[in-house]
Amino acid sequence: MSTETLTIGKALNLGLRKAMEDDAKVLLMGEDIGKLGGVFRITDGLQKDFGDDRVVDTPLAEAGILGTAVGLAMRGYRPVCEIQFDGFVFPAYNQIVTQVAKIHARSKGRLPMPIVIRIPFGGGIGAVEHHSESPEAYFAHTAGLKVVAVSTPSDAYWGIQQAITHPDPIVFLEPKRRYWEKGQVDVDGTPDPLFASRVVRGGEDVTVLAYGPMVKTALQAAQAAAEEGRSLEVIDLRTVSPLDLAPVFDSVRRTGRCVVVHEAPVTLGLGSEIAARVTEECFHSLEAPVLRVGGYDTPYPPSKLEEEYLPDLDRVLDAVDRSLGF
Amino acid sequence: MSTLSQTTEVVDPVPGAGAPHLPGQPDLVQLLTPEGERVEHPDYSLDVSDEELRQLYRDLALVRRWDVEATALQRQGELGIWASLLGQEAAQVGAGRALGEDDMAFRTYREHGVAWTRGVDPLHVMSLFRGVDQGGWDPVATRFNLYTVVIGAQTLHATGYAMGLQRDSAESATLAFLGDGATSQGEVNEAMIWAATFSAPVVFFCQNNQYAISVPIERQSRVPLYQRAAGFGFPGVRVDGNDVLAVLAVTRAALAAAREGQGPTFIEAFTYRMGAHTTSDDPTRYRLASELEEWKLRDPIARLKAHLSRSGIADAGFFASVDAEGDELAARIRRGTLEMADPAGTEIFDHVYAEQTPELARQREEFVAYHASFEGGHQ
Ligand SMILES: Cc1ncc(C[n+]2csc(CCOP(=O)(O)OP(=O)(O)O)c2C)c(N)n1
Ligand SMILES: [Mg+2]
Repeated sequence: MSTETLTIGKALNLGLRKAMEDDAKVLLMGEDIGKLGGVFRITDGLQKDFGDDRVVDTPLAEAGILGTAVGLAMRGYRPVCEIQFDGFVFPAYNQIVTQVAKIHARSKGRLPMPIVIRIPFGGGIGAVEHHSESPEAYFAHTAGLKVVAVSTPSDAYWGIQQAITHPDPIVFLEPKRRYWEKGQVDVDGTPDPLFASRVVRGGEDVTVLAYGPMVKTALQAAQAAAEEGRSLEVIDLRTVSPLDLAPVFDSVRRTGRCVVVHEAPVTLGLGSEIAARVTEECFHSLEAPVLRVGGYDTPYPPSKLEEEYLPDLDRVLDAVDRSLGF
Repeated sequence: MSTLSQTTEVVDPVPGAGAPHLPGQPDLVQLLTPEGERVEHPDYSLDVSDEELRQLYRDLALVRRWDVEATALQRQGELGIWASLLGQEAAQVGAGRALGEDDMAFRTYREHGVAWTRGVDPLHVMSLFRGVDQGGWDPVATRFNLYTVVIGAQTLHATGYAMGLQRDSAESATLAFLGDGATSQGEVNEAMIWAATFSAPVVFFCQNNQYAISVPIERQSRVPLYQRAAGFGFPGVRVDGNDVLAVLAVTRAALAAAREGQGPTFIEAFTYRMGAHTTSDDPTRYRLASELEEWKLRDPIARLKAHLSRSGIADAGFFASVDAEGDELAARIRRGTLEMADPAGTEIFDHVYAEQTPELARQREEFVAYHASFEGGHQ
């Protein structure tokens, strides 16, 4: 067994390397991913080792990246597209939503679309406009796409490889503000399935759901709550579409209370769907309505205000209190 | 991928190799050589008084001083990020000074030099990079649009604005700034199609600084960018972007043509990004120091200074006074940036809609109550 301590960023880098070694059809495409190694250095060193035919610095055109990925996928390639920042996926949105997502169904399965769309997402890095968005609901709302969000180095390492070998198109969300966080990765181990949620902390009083960057926040809240004698169960959803809610239902049937946390605005965010499903499945066990903690229904603010916009430990605890006080 | 350059017939000069003043670029409009020698161009003449020349020098020097101060402030943690204009002063000042008062400019995130020429207070630009707001100036009053960060999007806005001018029979034009990388975006190509189709009074001003972050121009185009205009059906011209006089003359002419109903022009200002893409970038990962050294010989400010000194238009006293003014400006920018108040949290909710929705009003109240619930309150 070989366990390494890696950052999320490095784990992604090694996972991409492994995927490229395993399958010569895997191509990386994106802006500045070659010599520069990407603005977050996730593809660092890969062009040097695999060549500029496999790690392709594209022209500055996201519709081009995703549109050509479709054609390459039709030729049996496995394009892994890097979108530089969440806010810049929108020029490619048309290709993703009207083409990438529908081609499998349109072709009655004759044209699989094994495309991975890597997007560093979420806020907290003090950036200017369009560099801190959480667009997951747009993609989760689109049939034909799968959406996952990693929160640990181990999931990053394994998840990117699983996504690349998966036959369907996957929007692969990377919590950019957590790129530098370290954790253990067992590179010889057996990974958990990609489309499965996971209980990351057991508890009895309230079920707290999160994914991507908010998992750490939820765990911090659980720690703080424990010091005050309250026991939170934290579930890392890991997959946003399809949702894996069976473990959530089990948990909520025990706790009777549920709080969903994400950075994206609450209105029609993932929390809304989860609240509906939990209510349908666990109605008789619920002691309080499902509460959502998320961004406000406003544009992502200038960085001096992002701490007040983003859910933090206190806002999670506030929701926990409200749930318990119901 | 690598086969592209081998099969390319029209080879763009390798950045740094094809010095703009050398033969081999007969298509490059230049009025001032890198050595500071005034030359004539058959298509572009420029009548400038000595006072105007001194004023242009002052603009160039002051925007560079501002840029240096902003970079320092970012390094000291006072700005989130800074996108330096170093090396592109002449392109920006020349284009900015070509604008008529009623013309409208649409910009990216790098045109601080144009902001200067529009009379925008540098502190309103600093507030954006400090993360206080999205740019504090009034885009209507200054006729200088807010920063557009999504590459290329503003070119369509500029075109639509120009179509509005045209409908209103206004005698003005729009100037759309974009980078070399931006020319690859679908939206930019759509903008050029619209501009051509409607003969809109818009001038596309492309600063070809040779890079889109780390990606060299060769990855965006196998022909010189200005030649693309012909395919859209309007004139394209390549100007020495480090020659403020040539930029001024070419942009003036293009704006005048647009105002007179002759439709769009594409200007490629051939220049070089002498600094990093932004303060977050490390150009040593993707380009050679020797390239920068080459371009330093074509510095936009040094050449005007040489011209002014040699022709006796300005003396040491003048240059010293501009330096002093620059230091004062830098001090004011520093002070103003450090003193900038953090915005109130409730600003998040302001201006999302013309009239606040009941739901947003509810969220705002919740926000205020939540923050008030903390002892001492963050609010
Ligand atoms: C649609 C979009 N994609 C990607 C980015 C990230 N990005 C910011 S600047 C830049 C390069 C722009 O190059 P260029 O147009 O040449 O302008 P320059 O920065 O050189 O002035 C990129 C890729 C963006 N802002 N918008
Ligand atoms: Mg550029």
